[in-house]
Amino acid sequence: MVQGPHPAPPRSTGPAAPPATPAVVVPAARTAPAAAAGSVSSAPEKVTGAKSIVRSLEEAGVEVVFGIPGGAILPTYDPLMDSTRLRHILVRHEQGGGHAAAGYASATGRVGVCMATSGPGATNLVTPIADAHMDSVPLVAITGQVGASLIGTDAFQEADIVGITLPITKHNYLVTNPDDIPRVIAEAFHIASTGRPGPVLVDIAKSAMQSQTTFSWPQELTLPGYHPVTKPHAKQIREAARLLATARRPVLYVGGGVIRARAAAELQALVDASGAPAVTTLMARGALPDAHPQNLGMPGMHGTVAAVAALQKADLVVALGARFDDRVTGQLSSFAPKATIVHADIDPAEIGKNRAVDVPIVGDLREVLADLLPELAREHGQHGKPDLEEWWTQLDEWRGTFPLGYDEPSDGHLAPQHVISRIGELSGPEAIYVAGVGQHQMWAAQFIKYQRPNSWLNSGGLGTMGYSVPAAMGAKVGQPDRTVWSIDGDGCFQMTNQELATCTINEIPIKVAIINNSSLGMVRQWQTLFYESRYSNTDLNTGHGTARIPDFVKLADAYGCVGLRCETKADVDATIKRALEIDDQPVVVDFTVSRDSMVWPMVAAGVSNDDIQYARGISPAWDRED
Amino acid sequence: MSRHTLSVLVENKPGVLTRVAGLFARRSFNIHSLAVGPTEHAEISRITVVVDVDELPLEQVTKQLNKLINVIKIVELEDAASVQRELLLVKVKADTAQRTSVLEVVQLFRAHVVDVVPDTVVIEATGSPGKLDALLAALEPFGIREIVQSGTVAIGRGSRSITDRALERVTRAS
Repeated sequence: MVQGPHPAPPRSTGPAAPPATPAVVVPAARTAPAAAAGSVSSAPEKVTGAKSIVRSLEEAGVEVVFGIPGGAILPTYDPLMDSTRLRHILVRHEQGGGHAAAGYASATGRVGVCMATSGPGATNLVTPIADAHMDSVPLVAITGQVGASLIGTDAFQEADIVGITLPITKHNYLVTNPDDIPRVIAEAFHIASTGRPGPVLVDIAKSAMQSQTTFSWPQELTLPGYHPVTKPHAKQIREAARLLATARRPVLYVGGGVIRARAAAELQALVDASGAPAVTTLMARGALPDAHPQNLGMPGMHGTVAAVAALQKADLVVALGARFDDRVTGQLSSFAPKATIVHADIDPAEIGKNRAVDVPIVGDLREVLADLLPELAREHGQHGKPDLEEWWTQLDEWRGTFPLGYDEPSDGHLAPQHVISRIGELSGPEAIYVAGVGQHQMWAAQFIKYQRPNSWLNSGGLGTMGYSVPAAMGAKVGQPDRTVWSIDGDGCFQMTNQELATCTINEIPIKVAIINNSSLGMVRQWQTLFYESRYSNTDLNTGHGTARIPDFVKLADAYGCVGLRCETKADVDATIKRALEIDDQPVVVDFTVSRDSMVWPMVAAGVSNDDIQYARGISPAWDRED
Repeated sequence: MSRHTLSVLVENKPGVLTRVAGLFARRSFNIHSLAVGPTEHAEISRITVVVDVDELPLEQVTKQLNKLINVIKIVELEDAASVQRELLLVKVKADTAQRTSVLEVVQLFRAHVVDVVPDTVVIEATGSPGKLDALLAALEPFGIREIVQSGTVAIGRGSRSITDRALERVTRAS
């Protein structure tokens, strides 16, 4: 326990002695990221480190960088100005830049890139990096660091961002030698985008940017410890197929990994072939169309009764790119108690992490599903398709008895669920919906019908309030031809709305629906339910009948956006249509909704999913015999 | 809880130990001892880490360690199939009256005296953790002034080399 901070350097017999076996160790000669596959290899160029960064990003296939300059990254911003291949979008806060890059990545499936200076610039990226890490978003963050000779001296704007982001990145680098820049950036893109995607931070000393170096591309990657397993084990696939073909109460538990793996088509084929019901987690909304008759909707704390009950009563759960999060399982010990578990994931560490697994499958979901389909067909050919009629009768009964719904508020204000439903219905499945965190997020997950992957973006794992506006901005940059709605809360919106300036100036016409209940709604809901309606510090004074600080319509106006307000049910459709018609500037709609609306169904934190409440005080009566 | 010895082969790069140690702390796993050193390959360092953990969490530790980009290979070394050693330096009171008795203990444990002054000796010993505990217990009555002890290092018995096998895997994968 008393070792130095780094592994000891190898002993050498003398300064000139060559390493013992150099040839064997130079491993894993792989080429640069796929994004660069189309580009021709470039002859070595004599450049500065700063230029080398810009060239590397260009060759890695980057088209957009969200960032803000500052002292330690300044040298890089000079050649960036001349780049014709990189579009830099000047954000107003580094957190916005990070979420924008994540939104871009989630909407397009490509790697998002953000850039910041040292110290506070870098620490402002901590939240979006942690967010991307939890939700497996491919992200590369480039940060400037103080000059190499100043590192460790508490220099101006120095922060050990590599140390700080160690637990929240897939990997990170500190670069002090300019010659390392192209290789490190190539590796960063490779790591961020392959295996289980995630954020990679590259911290580059200012002195390295200012030094002369050579740039060449493609780069040979040296990653001897990085070999994501993508091809699943045939024996496990056969066993999974056998179970799926023989189970009487199977459920496909679909997680965000299906979307990251671009496996939606294969998933639908499996759903069709197996005849089994599927539940789509918060991160997987859109992985299977909501219109699909076998889609029971979202499981978990605010899932549908049918989805939650299906998992609880299942005899087989096939988890596909899901991670048995506490928000899905409720009390872990009573989750899906009778189910045999098949768990497929590209990350071996997810398998068995929370729930013991009977059939583990490590692999890329697309390959897993592609391999599973013929095996399942073979099983069906031998033994016939399983009879799931009884199971479907039960599932349909739950669906019929406990559909998603809501009560009209008694205070006469708008029902937030109605507003969100109408936004979804009037904008359609080709739009992209980006939520913040809280009640509005859950309603957006419940009441909008998602028919395609990457149409639903949200902060699932970290639960980052303030995600929505910048992520919507990034999504709109990546998918300029799609309508992009930020569905935000009045609390969330106030955390990152400065990016409206970025949207207006850079002509990124997002639409923001503020579901304004004048309070931190989800916290308020918990106070209502678990703290005797004592509303400690959840009133935000932004809604109807308050001082309206700030007035969101005026705020929108100040940012050069169109500001609209909607307070009555009669105006909802007309207001949404008006917002949809505006395509040349951002729109902010202040929907003042009832603060007493609550998210239902609900499984309270830490209790069994069996205790789901359909509405306050109303629990489904389960068949107790089993 | 049971004790497990893991040999972790890592890239010899700055900060790798921090990544490994930080992971243990972050996932609430207790490190009993840890030792780092070079291997026969300049690019590879070897971390020997002894953890107190049950079988299932151990699997989780191993998987989480494997996710670290700089970790090349992890092998659990079973007690019976490996040689495990620690190094101990201990400063013991040994005036002329006591010295002979102290030296007897040193002989008994096949340890060495590496420094002598009129009132104390410094004893160097290597051995399994159990042997070193026994040595310390035997020296206790004389008065122990200072102890420094290394983490366990361990190597598998037999002719196979885990570094070679790691390298094979690495070259195959490329």
